[in-house]
Amino acid sequence: MLEIRGLTASIGDKPILKGIDLTVPDGEVHAIMGPNGSGKSTLGYVLSGRDDYTVTGGSVLFDGVDLLDMKPEQRAAAGVFLAFQAPIELPGVNNANFLRTALNAIRRAHGESELDAMQFLKIARAETKRLAMPDDMLKRNVNVGFSGGEKKRNEVLQMALLRPKLAILDETDSGLDIDALKIVADGVNALRSDTFSALVVTHHQRLLDYLVPNRVHVLAHGRIVRSGGPELARELEKSGYANVLTEAA
Amino acid sequence: MSAIAQTGAAGFLACFDALKDALPGDPIVRQRAAASFRALGLPGGTSARRAEAWKYTSLRPVAETAFMTPVAHGLSIDLSASTATCSRFAATPDFGALPRPDRDPMVALNTMLAEDGAILHVPAETDAGLVRIESHGNGPTAFHPRHAIHLEAGATLIVLETATGNGSYLHNAVTEITIGAGAHLTHIRLQDESPDSFHFATIYADVAEGGTYDGFSLVLGARIARTEIHARLVGENGVAHMNGVQLLTGNQHADFSSVVRHDAPHGTSRQTVKNVLAGRSRGVFQGRIEVARHAQKTDGYQMNQALLISQDAEIDSKPELEIFADDVKCSHGATVGELDAEQLFYLRSRGVPDSEARAMLVRAFLTEALDLVTNEPIRDVLGQRIDAWWERQAA
Repeated sequence: MLEIRGLTASIGDKPILKGIDLTVPDGEVHAIMGPNGSGKSTLGYVLSGRDDYTVTGGSVLFDGVDLLDMKPEQRAAAGVFLAFQAPIELPGVNNANFLRTALNAIRRAHGESELDAMQFLKIARAETKRLAMPDDMLKRNVNVGFSGGEKKRNEVLQMALLRPKLAILDETDSGLDIDALKIVADGVNALRSDTFSALVVTHHQRLLDYLVPNRVHVLAHGRIVRSGGPELARELEKSGYANVLTEAA
Repeated sequence: MSAIAQTGAAGFLACFDALKDALPGDPIVRQRAAASFRALGLPGGTSARRAEAWKYTSLRPVAETAFMTPVAHGLSIDLSASTATCSRFAATPDFGALPRPDRDPMVALNTMLAEDGAILHVPAETDAGLVRIESHGNGPTAFHPRHAIHLEAGATLIVLETATGNGSYLHNAVTEITIGAGAHLTHIRLQDESPDSFHFATIYADVAEGGTYDGFSLVLGARIARTEIHARLVGENGVAHMNGVQLLTGNQHADFSSVVRHDAPHGTSRQTVKNVLAGRSRGVFQGRIEVARHAQKTDGYQMNQALLISQDAEIDSKPELEIFADDVKCSHGATVGELDAEQLFYLRSRGVPDSEARAMLVRAFLTEALDLVTNEPIRDVLGQRIDAWWERQAA
C-alpha cells in the first residue's frame, strides 16, 4: 500500500523530515506518536501534496505508483485522505455542496457516474446518522461556527463518504470527549478491510484503545526512532518519550 | 433629428444647443443643467484635476470619444409579470426632485440631454411583481435615460435592469426612487455592457418610515463604469441595502460609489461590495455613511472586499463615516487579498481539481454580497453570469 523510503522534506530552508522509512501494508492501521515538533503533521501534509513543503529526497510509492509526482487532487482520487488537525473553514461554501463536489470529483476520476443532489443526500444522511451528527451540519458552511468536536467529526464524515484506501488522521482525537472519540474510532473501524490502511497520528493511548493499531512508530526530530506493536503506545503513555529518545540517541 | 458627431464636454453642449427645442420637458431645468455641466465638465476630461467624488475615476477616454446623439436606443420595458403602471419619460417628462445636476456632472449631462426612460408607479398596498428594464446600446451613440420608480405606502416591487450592447457607446442613466412608508423595492442591476462602452448609473433613493430599498448591482461590462447610489433614510426604521459585485478583467475600470444618509432614528443600512479583479483591471469603492444629529439608534455596516487574481490588478477603497448622533452603531471595513492557499489545498486534498476549487472559492467570496438576492430565478441568472465570467478567466 504505502512505502516511504528515505523521505526528507523542508519548509523554506528548514529541514523537518530527515529520512523517513515506513511501510504500511494493505489492511493495516499504524500509529505515529512523538513529541511536538517532531514532524508528524508535516508527514501528513507531504503525503497529501501540500506545496509549501519541499521534498528534498527519498520516495513514496502508493500501490506501486510514485505519489510525490501527483497533484493533491490526483492523490485524493488515488485514495489518499488527510483528516486535518485543524480543519479549514470555508465561509460561503455549503457543507453538503462541498461534500458532493468532492465525492463527484473522485467518482469522475474513477470513471463513475456523478450523484445528483437527492442521491447524494440519501448517502450523506445515512453517514451523518451513523456518526451521530445533527442533520443541519450538512446545511451549514464548511466548518464555520463548528465546535472543535464537530470539525473533527466532519473530517470523519468526509472520510466515510470518500472511502479512501489510505487515511491519515492527524490528531483527529484531540479535543474530543470520550463519546466523540468512540464515534471517530468506530468511523475508522467501519472502513477497516484488506484494502484500507490508516496512519493515525496521536498523542494519546486513549484513541488506540478503540482503534487498535497493528504497529506503533515513534517519530522524533524528523526520523522514526522506534517501532513496535500496540504495547509500545502503552509504554509511551506510562513513561513518556524521554526513555525512547535516550535509547535512540 | 440629425445626428451630430461630438467629443468632450463642448461636444455635448453643442449637441444640446442644436437639439434643445426638440427635447421634452421643462426647458428651464435643461438650461440650468447645461450651465452646471458647462461649469463642472467631464471629470478629468480636459485636466487631471477633478473633484473629490471623482478622485479615482477619470473620464478622459469618454471625452476623447465621438458619440452620435441622438439616436434612438434600445430601451424595452417588460411589464408582463407586473401590475405596476408605466409611462415613458419621452411622453411624461418629469426630472424629479432628488437628482442633483448642480453637483454631479453626469447627472447634469443626463438632465441636459435625457430623451426617454421608464417611469414606474405602484399604488399603495400593492405587490406589483417584477418589471424588467432592458437597455441595448450601439456604438457610437450616447444615451441618457431618465428613470423613476415610485412606490406608495405598503407597495412591493422587484425591478431587474439589464444593460447590454455592442461597440463603443455611452450609457448615462439617472434613476429617481421614492419608497413610501412600509414599501419595499428590490432593485437588481445586471451591467453587462460591451467591453468598449462607458456606463454610468446614478441612483437617488428616498426611503420613508419602515420602507426598504434592497439594491444589488452585478458589474461585468464596460471599459469605464460607475455605479453611484445616494440613499436617504428619511423616515424612522428605514432600511437600505446597497450591495454590489464587480468582476473585472483586461483594462476595465469600475467605480462603485455610494452615500447613505441616515436622516431619521432607528435606520439600518447594510452594504457589502465584492470585487474580483483580473488582468490590469482597476476597482474603486467609495462609501460614506452619514448620520444626522437626530438619527439616533442608527445601525450602519459597510464592507468592501477585493480578491486580486492578477499581480497587475488594483483596488482603491475609501470608506467614510460621518456621524453627528451619539447613540449609533456603525462599522466599516475593507480587505484586499488573494485566494486563500489553505482553503485551496483543503479542497484539492478532497479531490476537487484546482480550477474547480478556485471557482468554488470565488463563488464563496461573493456569497455574502449575493445573499441579498433572495429571488431564486434572478439569483440563478446572476450565478450563471458569474460562473461564465470565471470560466472565461480560467480558460
